[in-house]
Amino acid sequence: MTTKTAAPQRLRPVRRTRTNNARRRESLTALGMATPAVVLLIVFLVVPVALAFALAFTDARLISPTPARFVGLRNFTQLFTDPVFYKSLRNTIYFAVVVVPLQAGLALVLALLVNAKVRGINFFRTVYFLPVVTSMVVVSLLWTFLYRQDGLVNNIISTLTLGHFQGPDWLGDPATAMPAIILMSVWQGVGFHMIIWLAGLQTIPAELYEAAELDGATTWQRFRHVTWPGLRSTRTFVLVTITIAAFSLFTQIRVMTQGGPLDSTTTVVFQAVRTGYDQQQTAYAAAISLIFFVLVLTVSLVQRFLTREKD
Amino acid sequence: MTSLLKRLGGHAGRIVLALVFALPLVFMLVSSFKTDDQIFGDLGSVSAFLPVGALSLDNYTAMFDRVPAARFLLNSVLISSITVVLGIIVNSLAAFALARMRWSGRKVVLTTVIATLIVPFETFALPLVWWVNQLPLLRVNGFQLEWTTGWMDTYQVQILPFVANAFSIFFFHQFFQSIPKELDEAAIMDGAGWFTIYRRIVMPLSGPAVATVAILTFLPAWNSYLWPLMVVQSEELRPVMVGISYFFQLNVGWGQIMAYSSMITVPILALFVAFQRSFVNSIASTGVKG
Repeated sequence: MTTKTAAPQRLRPVRRTRTNNARRRESLTALGMATPAVVLLIVFLVVPVALAFALAFTDARLISPTPARFVGLRNFTQLFTDPVFYKSLRNTIYFAVVVVPLQAGLALVLALLVNAKVRGINFFRTVYFLPVVTSMVVVSLLWTFLYRQDGLVNNIISTLTLGHFQGPDWLGDPATAMPAIILMSVWQGVGFHMIIWLAGLQTIPAELYEAAELDGATTWQRFRHVTWPGLRSTRTFVLVTITIAAFSLFTQIRVMTQGGPLDSTTTVVFQAVRTGYDQQQTAYAAAISLIFFVLVLTVSLVQRFLTREKD
Repeated sequence: MTSLLKRLGGHAGRIVLALVFALPLVFMLVSSFKTDDQIFGDLGSVSAFLPVGALSLDNYTAMFDRVPAARFLLNSVLISSITVVLGIIVNSLAAFALARMRWSGRKVVLTTVIATLIVPFETFALPLVWWVNQLPLLRVNGFQLEWTTGWMDTYQVQILPFVANAFSIFFFHQFFQSIPKELDEAAIMDGAGWFTIYRRIVMPLSGPAVATVAILTFLPAWNSYLWPLMVVQSEELRPVMVGISYFFQLNVGWGQIMAYSSMITVPILALFVAFQRSFVNSIASTGVKG
């Protein structure tokens, strides 16, 4: 780097102009190449993020004859006195608090199960991954059917307990609706994080395991002292991605329960879409989006801090 | 002896889990060929997962009568493939400029792109709806072209916001940096321009990266739901995932819903199984940045 920047100064004036021309051409070409992506990112990401901040303090509606006016903190005072918002916030956190450890843990178990050099192991990796490739809309519709009072899940429960136990109307009961959605979401997403863990597992040098074996370490000790520390950076990634995905819970709710029964499954994103799109209240939805943004940002920063590289 | 038992135990666990993951999807596919009566009749037994009884394509033909499913499919194929192609071009060009060329502002752009990675789409989807509704649009009105505003209900609103992608740029950037820079110098000696280097040297060497970005762009585009739900009203512009939820509201039989679900899922699953290795590798490499 230093030799390259120092080189032109030692050259004769004629050469220098030529290099400067090449330099300028390089800069212009680079700028031209980066422009389409940069413009698109500004128009469809930077501007809307900035708008989420700006619109939250106005009375903008999706389709309105009058231009948006500045209304100060009105949307926020309205939001913080809205009981549905607190329910959304509570449900979103409830979902995340259960899903993050459940999905991350189960994904790690799956990854350890398929990290063996056994014949046919690729088959299992493929099968565990199938739900990830299936769209959440399809998964939600399918499980809506499976969760019916007379559906497949209850039929299996009844068969396994020899008819002694009758399952609930999973999605129709406020007590079971969210757990049912949690179970289904983990079923759909766990394969994705299994692959991430697996990639992490394969970066751990085999010599470490051999050394541990020579020292007579048990399976648990090998996991505790070799595998777990070796997965440090993978762990951060898995936790951050699951948490952000969990906070963004929307599709399942929209397709399966519409937030019900009795708002037991309303989430922040679902409420934002309902007010912003169904009721066309753009500004109010922008305020919800802003709170959501702050929530996601805080949690991922806290997670990054807690799982940072120590020593 | 114990190691054999252990191995058998491990395999038993894997098989039970495989059933848990596969059976709901098997149920979906099998049910799409059954009548509603039989779907419910089979629920209490293993036949729920087996293609038994009177099987027919009736659900499929009924579904095509009920909704313009072919149109929905065409829309999704169109939107996803254009997004993938444009995404590969736009993001690789930007990444090339960032990874292999020297210009002022490069560091700032790269840092900003990486910073945007943590912003989930859901946080700005609604302001984006309002925003695209303000954008200018050239519309064909009879034989005249006229300027209006609002991108609602177009193909481009389903494509353009997803073309530039911070992750794709980042991914290409990492890959391009691993290609020896001496190749560029040699090409410049031979009188090649930067665009030639991009097109004739770097891109042909980047097959795996292109495949990864293609997969990681295609899947969300095909599966997207929230965005088209908000910006598409007319039936003829609807992609498959929004199509199915309208279909669901029509209160049609479950057999037809399973037929539609199978139609939009099985081809993707088949593609996944065929390209399983590169697919899984591409997902795995997304974790490397942690």
